Amino acid sequence: MKRRSQSNHLILLAALLPGVGHIVLGKRGRGIRLLVVTIAVILVMYWRWEVFVSAFHSTRIDHWLAAVFLIVSLAASVTYSVWDVRRLLTEIPMATRGKSPYQLARRRFRANRLAVTAVYVITAFYILAVLAPLLAPYDPSAITDVLKTRFLPPSMDHPFGTDAFGRDLLSRALYGARVSLSVGLLAVMIAISMGTVYGAVAGYFGGFIDNVLMRIVDVVIAIPTFFLMLMLVGIFEANLVFLVLILGLTSWPGTARFIRGEILSLKQREFTEAARAIGLPNRLIIFRHLIPNALSPVLVSTALMIGGMIGAEAGLSFLGIGIRPPTPSWGNMISQGKDALLVAWWVAFFPGALLALTVVCFNLLADGIRDALDPKALMQRFV
Amino acid sequence: MLLEVENLTSHFFLDEGVLRAVDGISFDVNEGETVALVGESGCGKTIVALSLLNLIPSPGRVVGGRIVFNGEDLLQMEAERLREIRGGGIGMIFQEPGAALNPVFTIGSQISEVLRLHRGLNRREAEAEAIRLLGETGIPEPEKRIKAYPFEFSGGMRQRAVIAIAISGRPRLLIADEPTTALDTTVQAEIVDLLRYLQAQHKMAILLITHDMGVVAEMAERVMVMYTGKIVEVAGVCELFREPKHPYTSGLLNSIPRLGAGRKEPLRGIPGAVPDFLDLPSGCTFHPRCPIGDESCISEFPSLRSISPERKCACYKVEAG
Amino acid sequence: MSWYIIKRLIQAVPLLLGVATVTFLIVHLAPGDPMDMFLENRNLRNIDPEVIELIRQKYGLDQPLHVQYVKWLGNLLQGDLGESFEHRRPVSALLAEAIPYTLQLTALALLLDALVGIALGIFSAVKQYSVLDKTVTIGSLIIYSLPSFWLALMLVLVFSVNLGWFPTSQTRSLDYEFLSWFEKLADLAWHLVLPVFVLGIASAAGTARYMRSRLLEVLNEEYVLAARARGLKERAVILKHALRNALIPIITIYGLSLPFLLGGAVIIETIFAWPGMGRLAVLAIQARDYPVILATTMIAAVLTVIGNLVADVTYALVDPRVSYEKKKPV
Repeated sequence: MKRRSQSNHLILLAALLPGVGHIVLGKRGRGIRLLVVTIAVILVMYWRWEVFVSAFHSTRIDHWLAAVFLIVSLAASVTYSVWDVRRLLTEIPMATRGKSPYQLARRRFRANRLAVTAVYVITAFYILAVLAPLLAPYDPSAITDVLKTRFLPPSMDHPFGTDAFGRDLLSRALYGARVSLSVGLLAVMIAISMGTVYGAVAGYFGGFIDNVLMRIVDVVIAIPTFFLMLMLVGIFEANLVFLVLILGLTSWPGTARFIRGEILSLKQREFTEAARAIGLPNRLIIFRHLIPNALSPVLVSTALMIGGMIGAEAGLSFLGIGIRPPTPSWGNMISQGKDALLVAWWVAFFPGALLALTVVCFNLLADGIRDALDPKALMQRFV
Repeated sequence: MLLEVENLTSHFFLDEGVLRAVDGISFDVNEGETVALVGESGCGKTIVALSLLNLIPSPGRVVGGRIVFNGEDLLQMEAERLREIRGGGIGMIFQEPGAALNPVFTIGSQISEVLRLHRGLNRREAEAEAIRLLGETGIPEPEKRIKAYPFEFSGGMRQRAVIAIAISGRPRLLIADEPTTALDTTVQAEIVDLLRYLQAQHKMAILLITHDMGVVAEMAERVMVMYTGKIVEVAGVCELFREPKHPYTSGLLNSIPRLGAGRKEPLRGIPGAVPDFLDLPSGCTFHPRCPIGDESCISEFPSLRSISPERKCACYKVEAG
Repeated sequence: MSWYIIKRLIQAVPLLLGVATVTFLIVHLAPGDPMDMFLENRNLRNIDPEVIELIRQKYGLDQPLHVQYVKWLGNLLQGDLGESFEHRRPVSALLAEAIPYTLQLTALALLLDALVGIALGIFSAVKQYSVLDKTVTIGSLIIYSLPSFWLALMLVLVFSVNLGWFPTSQTRSLDYEFLSWFEKLADLAWHLVLPVFVLGIASAAGTARYMRSRLLEVLNEEYVLAARARGLKERAVILKHALRNALIPIITIYGLSLPFLLGGAVIIETIFAWPGMGRLAVLAIQARDYPVILATTMIAAVLTVIGNLVADVTYALVDPRVSYEKKKPV
């Protein structure tokens, strides 16, 4: 009886302040993470209360989205905390740890401290980008008394300083993160899905189809990707949507080639034969049996590509043909910093440092996934 | 006494724990004799071979014991001297002749390399000697073949080339690690013949590591049986085949199909598999698979005792005499 | 061997034809015809339509697309890449001026890549888990990830603006004409340091990482163990037996790295005002100068195909296992 009431207290505690319940139950890591998220959400709400409230009847969708995101994450952390604490209280802890390849890979990934840190940083950046309207201390495009506010070095008021028009660089970097991070993610989604389907079709059907499809890939690969992007972006007056499409549509051939190779070898394996023997249609064999089996190495190149895409977008914007000012993106911010390099180093430095950090984290993530998935990294049994 | 191994212990230090691949084994090899080390795959035989040259790959290493070759302890000597013995005093041939040859160098250059290192020959002498050695190991047209790359050789020819490299430093001991396992049956017989011929020619001792009892019967004079990193039985080859003492040895011999045995008579293998080295059974590690084991076997591993002047056995159920 | 090279050359022909077709289609299927966009970009809409029509005729833009395509292809085969809208000069002349600068930059960057990348990769692999190894692994990952234009700006900031060691841009000093030949060479080298470093160091980092993992893989091969069992010195084992095997696939990597270097050169040339092909391409795109855009893309593709060809042939030369008749495994 006493146990019951005690556990009710715990659940109440977990609902009031997510994370505390976990800490009491000895799950410190999970608890601290939950607690940090909750406190951060509450702090943001408290600090930007007026913006937060007005965001709900704002006409700007990004403000509304940021506010909703805050509410949803608070609700999610409370729900998860209660659900998980109840589960921990009722279920007997598992004595044996799972040994499926996926679980083993996950455990190896968790042991890689650099990769885990990279995941946290990336997540934090995406959250900051979504919350930019709530977090940015200034309006990113507000131009006030230029003569007084231009090129202010980093200070408490402007942690990243101000640019040639006196705009706050921290606010611009936060808004710029939205462009840079989403362009990378969306373009890679396009490239990976297109490359996967294309490669799978070529590899599965083989013969003439394969031949034609792969010659097309050869041609696209022969044109240096950056030149191709440059040409397309230059010709099609890139807005954000076009830029995403162009980045995605120029980067799929590598994945296609890789997937084709994987499919060719998987095709020889028994389970494909079996699927064909029981009369499954091609479409099902490709999507249910072949692609899932070829996909885990693609995970690595996805992470690598996101980093690469973010870099490519920044490069194009830097050259003045990607995202055009006044919309801030890290690339065009650095470009503006280039012109001011002699008088104000911070204009180019901060967006570039954020950009570098993001790409480093994606590459660390890719490394971590590869090491976790690669059976060769496992200690070889010599005996 | 050419080689004296005493209490040799080699461990691998893995994340999951310490793997005792070779767990305190002792044996001798006399000048010119052939000693076989047998056991199932994964019982530590190859690690014994690599320990003898102090070449265990990381994260493993020899942690204790003595390896006295020709009066010198290999584990105590300087790196320079050890290198002279590797290839010069002790030659080694490998299970996969394809993997033991460097794919991007010609067979000739790989032989010459050893000749120049261990016998101090110059380029021209080394090439002539390489041709002679390839001829001696039965490779036709050796003067053409020295310019060939390993991938241009068949499996049997590669093994001949590996043997040629191994004997090129005129070793007094040849370690043959599963020399026939990866080869076709007909080629196996040729390689066995070749090894016997070379042994007679060069008066080498051979430490033959194999799980193939047929090869043991053809080549060895004495046999050591190994299980989970320990030697469990030592005997002369005739005695061992006639009357195996250790139940593991009996199991190994029973799993060979024999002509003349009745067709109806089932082929009896050993039940179960070699246990996980990180999770060995207590006491005698063979007891879970043993037909005659009982409670007395689970407390401590039996020591290797002499049961007759020429025989040793590590089993509680085997009486001396 | 020569047969193999001829075969590879023949295979490259349809590839280049495909590249030419794709680039032509992209430019001409864009909304509005090239001349429209060129003029619009310059705010020259108000010119007399008859004049525009005359210019169109001069560049053959009034003809149907397939006629233009055939003509363009025919001219291309004769080495005629058309005339630049912007400069009113043959594109081939512009390229002939620009390409040597780009090759200078990329060749030196490749050299830096090879020397630094391979050396660091070897050290790192041989001393696996040492402090040096960890520094190289993490350092190379960071350098590899740095956006090249940002790195370039930061280096300019530190070494040119603050320390004044290197020039901020350009290929030569103002007084270049008055220098002796030795001083000219030194001046050129002085201007090359930063651009080559920025362009080469990222790929060197990539090479170091690749070299390290490849060498570690090879060091686990049985033939390395076998070489040690024969009593070879550790130096010979690593520098001869392991390295030769680890280096072979690097050749392919170099063939593949050429498009990335050329892409990188676009940005580096723009920053350092280096009058190469990349800068030409960027200026052409900003001016909507289509003949030049088409030509630079074509040339970049041709260089890439040549790079791959050279890599394949070299591969076949150093790896005895590649039989020239069989197809290389993908």
